[in-house]
Formats: sequence, C-alpha cells, structure tokens
Amino acid sequence: MSEPARAEPAAPSDEDPVLEVQDLHVTFAGRVGLGAGVAGKKAAVSRAVDGVDLTLGRGEVLALAGESGCGKTTLARTIMGLETPKQGQILFMGEPLGTSTKVLREYRRRVQIVFQDPTAALNPRQTIYESVAEGLRIHGVTSQDGMSEEKLVARALARSGLRPPETFFLRYPHELSGGQRQRVVIAGALVLEPEIIVADEPVSSLDASVRGEILKLLLGLRDDFGIAMLVVTHDLGLAWTIADRVAVMYLGRIVEIGPAEDVLTRPLHPYTKALLEVVPEAGGLNRPYLSGEPPDPTRIPEGCRFHPRCPEVSSGAAASAGVEPKCLGEDLGLVELQPGHFAACHLAAARQGEAVSTTSD
Amino acid sequence: MSVLSVRDLEVTYATQAGPIPAVRGVSFDIDKGEVLGLAGESGCGKSTVVNAILRLLPAGATTSGEVLLNGEDVLAMKAGRLRAVRWTGASVIFQGAMHALNPVQRIGDQLAEAIVIHKLSAEREARLRAGDLLEKVGLPPRRLRDYPHELSGGQKQRVMIAMALTCSPSLIIADEPTTALDVMVQAQVLSLLNELQHEMGLAMLFITHDLSVLVEVCDRLAIMYAGKIVEEGPSGPVFDEPAHPYTEALAAAFPAIGDARFRKSPSGLGGDPPQPDAIPAGCSFHPRCPVAFDECATVNPDLYEAGERRRAACLLVKQAAEVPS
Repeated sequence: MSEPARAEPAAPSDEDPVLEVQDLHVTFAGRVGLGAGVAGKKAAVSRAVDGVDLTLGRGEVLALAGESGCGKTTLARTIMGLETPKQGQILFMGEPLGTSTKVLREYRRRVQIVFQDPTAALNPRQTIYESVAEGLRIHGVTSQDGMSEEKLVARALARSGLRPPETFFLRYPHELSGGQRQRVVIAGALVLEPEIIVADEPVSSLDASVRGEILKLLLGLRDDFGIAMLVVTHDLGLAWTIADRVAVMYLGRIVEIGPAEDVLTRPLHPYTKALLEVVPEAGGLNRPYLSGEPPDPTRIPEGCRFHPRCPEVSSGAAASAGVEPKCLGEDLGLVELQPGHFAACHLAAARQGEAVSTTSD
Repeated sequence: MSVLSVRDLEVTYATQAGPIPAVRGVSFDIDKGEVLGLAGESGCGKSTVVNAILRLLPAGATTSGEVLLNGEDVLAMKAGRLRAVRWTGASVIFQGAMHALNPVQRIGDQLAEAIVIHKLSAEREARLRAGDLLEKVGLPPRRLRDYPHELSGGQKQRVMIAMALTCSPSLIIADEPTTALDVMVQAQVLSLLNELQHEMGLAMLFITHDLSVLVEVCDRLAIMYAGKIVEEGPSGPVFDEPAHPYTEALAAAFPAIGDARFRKSPSGLGGDPPQPDAIPAGCSFHPRCPVAFDECATVNPDLYEAGERRRAACLLVKQAAEVPS
C-alpha cells in the first residue's frame, strides 16, 4: 500500500444518497425525585438531537464533529436504529426506515458500526474467528459469493489487514495489540458487506503511530468497496485527513456543513471558527477560546442556540451588523452561503447578502 | 542548578515471566521556569519515569541511576525526608481528575489536607490558602464546600491543579492533564497551566502522547520509544523538522489543518510499539522504521548531536554529522 496521491473518487451525487436524515429529533426524558414528582413537577426533557437534516452519498466519507454532549453520538446511534426518533425520519436507499424487527435487522446488516474502544467492543472470551463470525450467524448468512463461513471470515480479516488470516482465527483479543484489535472490529463490520459504516471516534483510543494505518484502511474500504462512512469525531485534524464533507454539531443541531476544505479552512460559523482556534499547534497558546462549557440540552437558548457563547455577539460585531436582535430572538436553520457550504448564522448570512448586493451593483 | 536532573534512570519490573525493563537509561534536566515535554506511546515508559521521580513505583520494581531534585537524590532519601519532599519539592497533576479526587470529601478539605499534613500552617490558614488557590485556578472560593460530583470535568481538573500548587513546589509533573477533557476545555486548562507556570516560575514536566499539545506548551521536547529517549531538543524544531524517523511518524499523526500533504493521505507506521519484554536488538525502532538499513539491526544508537541543542538516537543522524559539509 503505497499511494501518496489517491485518486479523488467521483463526487458523491445528491440524487443518489445511501442515507438521508430528515428533520430528526431525539429526546430523552429526565428524572425527577419522588417528592418533586408527587408535587407534580415535570422532568426536564433533554433535546439531544433537535432537528437534523443530513445526506450521505454513496462512497462518501462524512465527518460529524462537535464537543461532547452536542448530540453527535446520539445522532449516530439513531441512524443505527438504536434510538427511536421522536420526530422526523431516516431514509435508507430512498426508503423510509421501518420499525419492525425484521426490517431493522436487515438494515443493521447493511449499516455497521465501529466503536471507539476495540478492547471494550470485543468479547475477551471469544476467539477472533468467533467475534468476526458472530455477525454472520446473527444474520443467518451461511454462505455468500459461493464462500463458506470460514472463507468469508478469512476474507474479511485479510481485507482488514490481518494477514495471513488463518493465524488469527484461534487467538484471543488480549493477544493482539490495540491496532490489531481495531482491525478485528472492522473485519466484523466488513464481513456483512455493509453499505455504510458508522465509525465513532475510530482511532482516538489507539496509539498515535498506529492511527494512520487504521485511517488508511478505512479510506481503502471506501475506495475498493464504495462503502459510505459517517465518522463521528471531536478531532478536526482527523476530519481533515479523511473526510469529503464535514458537519459541525452544536447542541443537537448541525450548525455548519460543507466540503472539508471549505469548512476547515474557510469556516463561516463562529462556533466552527472557535473549534478550529483550539486545535493545539505551536505558538497557539494565546489564542481566543470560548469560556464556559457547552450548555445543557434540557435548556436550549432562545434564538440562535449559540448566541450566549458567540464571540461575534459579545464583541458587538453582530450588533454593528444589525443582526443582534435576530441572534437573540430568531432560530434559524442552515443557509447555503457558498455552493454546497451551509451555515446556520445570521451574521454570516447578512455578510453574504452584502457581498452579493455589492457585486451585483 | 537544574530543578530536576535525571541521570541514567533505569527501572525494571519483576514479573512472573522474569524481569521487564521499562525504562532503559533515561537522562534529562529541567531548569527553573522551563517546561519539558515527555512524549511517547503507551508502554514506552513515560509514566514509569514519572512514578520513579517521586518513588511511587510498586514494590517489585528496581530503580537505578539518580533523580536529583534541587540537587538532592530522591532515590537515596530516607522515608521521612522523602515524605517531606513529596508535594513540597515536586507535586503531580494526575491524569483523569475524576478518579483522583475523593468523592466523599469536600474540595476544601482535600485542598487543605496537604498543607496541614506538611505542617505548613494551621487548619484555619490552610482553608484560607485553599480559597486563594481556587481563585487562582479560576473557580470562586465558595466552591470549597462542593463535593467533586458537583463540578464538571474541566473544573475538577482545575481543582487538581490547585492541589498541586498547595505546598508551593518548585517542580510540577503533569501526567496527561488534559487527555480526558473536551477540546474547548482542554484549551482553557492548558492556557491556565501556562499562565501559572510563567507567573510562579515553575519548572514543569509535561507528559502526554499528544505531541500537538506538547508543542504548544513546552520549551523542550523529549520523545521516548521502548524505554529510551530517542530525540530531544527545542519543541518547535523537533516537531517541525524531526531528526528521528519515529518523531516524524508521531508528528504526522497530528496533521496541520489546511496542509495539503495530510489531506486524504493518512500516514502511519506499520507494526506496533514493542512489548517491554521483547525489545528488538540493535535500534529498538528498526523493525518499524521506514528508512532502516542493515546496521540498524545490530547497532544500538546513542543520542548523537542533531543541530543546535538537539540530539537524536539514529544512525542516519550520526552519518550526517560525520560527513564534513
């Protein structure tokens, strides 16, 4: 594998997305103490995912970034069919996702997940062969492409870079290194020939020198088998390394989405800008950062949900552009400000409007 | 005089499978007001170095070499002296503040404890000092009455920093202080640490696997691999123009956003870091090294000069130095 310059795959077309998420809402009920409950106090509802629209093209790598608590993992879990949305729907290959066990089971074969920590994801008492074959057995796949279970497991291990595969069959997770364990998890997903892999922080628990190889493997799967990937991460450097498009989430909403080059080098939303500021780098210590911690999804602010922490609001930039009342009072969705590049920001939209009107003058 | 001077430190763990060398001859110095970053992957021995400095290793470990803290050898200290030096001479900000704080004790009591134990002041003054320290790390003193579960992750890490400062040590050892934190909170904590370090002229040993964090906060870097330092020097040059191929691979794991070289081309090393009980002969890095040659399998490289105040343990560096330019 020596391919420094990978051929850019054909741009994913919007007409044929493998996955479409429409106006998705997921809420979690809070808990109240017994006394408060008797007194008629209602539990606060946590709006973990609060109106998300998203498409994933065939063979596309989409990075979903944001701080912990922003809802990115809940969104990924809902896409996996592990949480039930309160509102909105998920379309897979153009068909709305049903709720029956049979439909969900078939769907879960075609959408696979790779978790953050392979040590936790693998059963320590199961051999590598059993771990990889488990998915086949659950889905009742006894043979595929004229290959027996053993051949299928061997092929998946080999495709994940564990060669020769037979030498791994009877080994246990503790005998493998962290990178190898993550390859086993990937083989377990791959053996079912999925259309989509959802990877939740796929390399953050791995040693730095091993990460690159796992990312190479994931990109290779996309190129060789056209598997689409949703990569959930807090690491924008990782997004830069592998993603075609980047979506930035804040408090249950996508606040910016677009081609990775645009979002990461020419961000439009002040939250994306703040996230990029805090990526550690030499001499970066005196950079600005947002104070406080992400607000509580049970109390989402009125207006633009980012306004209480927004540096553009606190510096007065929003006021001098005349959009501050909107920031404080008007909730807005994503607006296409550049081709394919959307952001949910009143100020960015106003600036864009100005630029358009001055060029047309 | 250096605040901390580690000379030829070797640590071997005794296990049922035989002795395992975790640290194999590590030397470094930290001056007053200097921040040294020690980087490396899991199993490279960096946490063993931390524990060896304050003699926190388990009973089965044998240590040799010297650890001079303000000129005094910690490894040769009697128990009473050692207890006096811990926390007043050097303190540790441990990894994962959420587990390092006592969940059933108020923050104030935990902060005052070290001051009282070291008889630096009476209980009342200790509490006042604890309040001052909390303010210093950006928390209101009323938080003294809180229990750890009432604080967020970033706030707990601030308490850990305050705790490390209670006895005004000359050296602070920060062991992965921001690993468990969110990016935005990590930036806040790093900037706080940097402020305090400058303000108090502290010497600091900063340990993490995240090279990009080290470059940001450290004056000098030392990179460890398989129990040895393989490269050291001023942090900017070491990160930007690594002399050792391992440093280069490590640096590439933290890509600069906007740099076209990293776009869609992740780079990594084949293989895995060696187990401490099976360290390869010759240069311990040679089986994974992209530029290794025959000699690397037999010759164990020393640290060679690799530019101004820089050293690297690579035969290629030695060769480059030997060729008269």
